[in-house]
Amino acid sequence: MNIDFIIFISLMVIGYTAGSIAERRHFKSLTRREDATLRQPVVTFDEGYELPSGAKYRRAALVSGSAVVSIDYFKRFLASLRFLVGGRVGAYESLLDRARREAILRMKYQAGGASIIMGMRVETSTIGGRRKNNKGLGSVEAVAYGTAVWVDEVSPQIT
Amino acid sequence: MVELTSIQYLPGKKIVEHYGLVQGSTIRAKHLGRDLMASLKNLVGGELKGYTELLSEARAEATNRMVKQAERFGANAVINVRYATSSVAQGAAELFAYGTAVKVEPE
Repeated sequence: MNIDFIIFISLMVIGYTAGSIAERRHFKSLTRREDATLRQPVVTFDEGYELPSGAKYRRAALVSGSAVVSIDYFKRFLASLRFLVGGRVGAYESLLDRARREAILRMKYQAGGASIIMGMRVETSTIGGRRKNNKGLGSVEAVAYGTAVWVDEVSPQIT
Repeated sequence: MVELTSIQYLPGKKIVEHYGLVQGSTIRAKHLGRDLMASLKNLVGGELKGYTELLSEARAEATNRMVKQAERFGANAVINVRYATSSVAQGAAELFAYGTAVKVEPE
């Protein structure tokens, strides 16, 4: 049997098992952390936030989070087959989903205790493959940023 | 200290003067040690922590340069900050930050 073929098969197996275990774990962790930060409002618009009555602005600051996520060997191969026939590339969908959700979560953590994050934007960029013949997507970076606003709630005065 | 926002104003402050566009950029290449780890990670997939760090450091540097430019104008805030990334060569990326420098006063 051809040695190259054996290497290819073992890389596929390693990629598939390690990759899918890591992905499942990551998605589980994403869901858990998203549930925990559910009460942190994040909006994409710039205006329209109304201060609670009696409250004052304390601070506003740019917050951001980013993540670089790479695809595994098996999925990269799967996607290269998909490129022959066209259509939906599920392997890359989950990759981008992971990177974006992770970036948004990290932004939320940086904004700990903020009343709202306004004007949120997400940028995605690819980081080129290592080899010149590596036409496929190597890894993607997602960065999420926005303006976190902290307010001081003034306790109501008894008159 | 220069304050930054990604929206068109600074909540709780009023803008008294506009100074126009300020920008900062930096180009970074990944280094061999990180690349070696990354190539292993490329096999099994998952987060490339080295690259995440590298890029966020670079983005901080670009932001810093933008802030320096704003300070030269005498601004104390940069509003509507945007980030852009582009890969200029194999293994190198440009991180770019731009925004509008303004002077703000407490309302």
